[in-house]
Amino acid sequence: MFSYPTVRASFLFLAIACVGLVFADIAITTVNPWRDLGRFFLGVVTPDFFSTEGLATAILRTVAFAFTGVTLGSVAGFLLALVYRWRVVRMFSAFIRAIHELFWALIFLQFFGFHPLTGVLAIAIPYAGIFAKVYSEILDEADQEPLRLLPPGTGVISAFLYARVPDVWDRIRTYTSYRLECGMRSSAILGFVGLPTIGFYLEASFSQGLYSEAGALLILFYVLIATIPWWVKPKLLPVYIIGAPFFLGEGLPIVWGNVTRFFTQDIVPAPIRNDESWAELGLWFSDLMFNEALPGLWNTVVLTQIALVFTGLLALLAFPLISSHFGGPVRRVSGHVFLVVVRSTPEYILAYILLQLWGPSMLPAVVALALHNGGIIGHLIGRQTSMIRLRSDASVGLNRYTFELIPRVYRSFLAFLFYRWEIIMRETAILGILGVATLGFYIDSAIQNIRFDRAMVLILITALLNIGIDALSRFIRGRLALKTMPTC
Amino acid sequence: MTGIELSEITASFGGERVLGPLSFAVTPGEQVALVGKSGAGKSTLMRLIYQQSNGGATLIPQDLGLVHALPVFHNVYMAQLNRHPTWYNVCTLVRPFQRERREIMPLLEQLGINEKQWAPVASLSGGQRQRVAIARALYRNSGMLLADEPVSALDGPMAHTVMALLQESYQTSIVALHDIELALRYSHRIIGIQDGRIALDEPSARLSEADILPLY
Repeated sequence: MFSYPTVRASFLFLAIACVGLVFADIAITTVNPWRDLGRFFLGVVTPDFFSTEGLATAILRTVAFAFTGVTLGSVAGFLLALVYRWRVVRMFSAFIRAIHELFWALIFLQFFGFHPLTGVLAIAIPYAGIFAKVYSEILDEADQEPLRLLPPGTGVISAFLYARVPDVWDRIRTYTSYRLECGMRSSAILGFVGLPTIGFYLEASFSQGLYSEAGALLILFYVLIATIPWWVKPKLLPVYIIGAPFFLGEGLPIVWGNVTRFFTQDIVPAPIRNDESWAELGLWFSDLMFNEALPGLWNTVVLTQIALVFTGLLALLAFPLISSHFGGPVRRVSGHVFLVVVRSTPEYILAYILLQLWGPSMLPAVVALALHNGGIIGHLIGRQTSMIRLRSDASVGLNRYTFELIPRVYRSFLAFLFYRWEIIMRETAILGILGVATLGFYIDSAIQNIRFDRAMVLILITALLNIGIDALSRFIRGRLALKTMPTC
Repeated sequence: MTGIELSEITASFGGERVLGPLSFAVTPGEQVALVGKSGAGKSTLMRLIYQQSNGGATLIPQDLGLVHALPVFHNVYMAQLNRHPTWYNVCTLVRPFQRERREIMPLLEQLGINEKQWAPVASLSGGQRQRVAIARALYRNSGMLLADEPVSALDGPMAHTVMALLQESYQTSIVALHDIELALRYSHRIIGIQDGRIALDEPSARLSEADILPLY
């Protein structure tokens, strides 16, 4: 078995995660975690849809921010995709997508304040980076022959519109609408930093122990995501896109003085701002590195590696739930419901809920990341196995799982898992805002203490870490010859 | 109208020579049929000639090079994208003008695909697609035609119609054909390719099927 490079890679990652577990801070610190969990589930099954009039507003704002942000991001991403062969554009796109939506929101909050622009840009900027990459890949895969056959002297724009766009339009549309669903989740969690989307109301309900209200919000959110195919129609799109900016809410006006101050003073490292010596700057930097950046980096990496392996294990355990090779219709339907719920709940919300119930440690973060990502991969692999046709006398049960299915889907399973490695790391960093000591924790603390200079350096380090993991993941996928489609 | 002159051209694939070195010239007004069994290097030769023409010639490649998501009309219209300003092409993409409709409609009628004018190429059969590529070549009207098996998916009568149309519109042409009868009938000169070299180069009038068969 160990002669397969994919198996060797899997066990290497398993071993890394086991070592990580020794160092990880895994604990349940609340006095009565199971009673809280019970009350939460009671809240979900007894949702209260009429407790506040905020519910409808929350949904409306979530949709409006998602549409405006994703539209802006896709237009900008498309333009970037046209010049993606330039190295500087590729690096720029990689950089802006390496910073999570919530970090972008935290940055913009410092100078735009609670203006709608903060939320829109927080989605549009990282999405533009992702769109640029995926669109350019799609464009590159287009059939080049029609372009070669055009008469000489054809204008660049005409050539592009006739010979390149039509061929890939379908794939661009499919991917963009898929991203819209991702945008809904991004929009929802922006509420956790104070924007008027679902996350804001969810946090308010939770902090007051109003579990029925929280349950209602979650259920509405699932319904919103699950019904996208019905209410997002190509013909209605222009209506949504033009209408969305009018439903972002008023927010607070932008104070332009804050914007100038942010760029000219706040983010300038303190020793430079105060005209201190170079030695002081060195001290400032080494203090930041040793007391915040390195511990944050270590925790982020440890948590990511553990969460990655648990994601894989959960996906392998969960895919039979929806695979047509196992069980009857009842089990498959409940399997589908379970996977839909875990994969449409943003990991940030899952982690927030679990943290409320179990107290701060790495445990809620690992469980949240594994549930969400394992749900996504389990769903994709389960669907893939349902398309496999086995001979009629194939073995059943555990033998079918181990001998017939796993060998067939293992490569694409690994491809998805490695693809999500970078996504898991980005999420791990962001979960720090909730109190797990990853990079996000130190970034959030620096912002709370109005030390934006430190926050900016830490965000930069987080972005570089993500770019590094992305490159490593691509290298490993290349070595193992794994191919996959993008997920979010 | 220009001809083409090739001297000592070669082509290699994966380090192995698949074509040449070979030389020949086609003078303006000459209609050449390229024959030889599949794999002899005809398609490679076609590509090289097209490259040498810098896009000045009209090419019907074996895989047709159509944009499958666009309707038949627009695939044909693409042959004259260079004759209109960008705004005109953009408008045509949304809604074609009467002038081009009147130009393109007769071409499609001759080829029997006028009813498919607004259907995306993706929805057409192989033979219909081949006729779209031919309509595009007729609309291009560049002075020199390079066609690689342009009638391979068409039935007998339609193949003759198409060959006659191509012969009429292009005074100078190089057409690769595997059908010996068509080659003899619709060309002035036949060049036979065998193992990447010219094995035969004679006026069509002096040849019979029996002279060409040994190439296969």
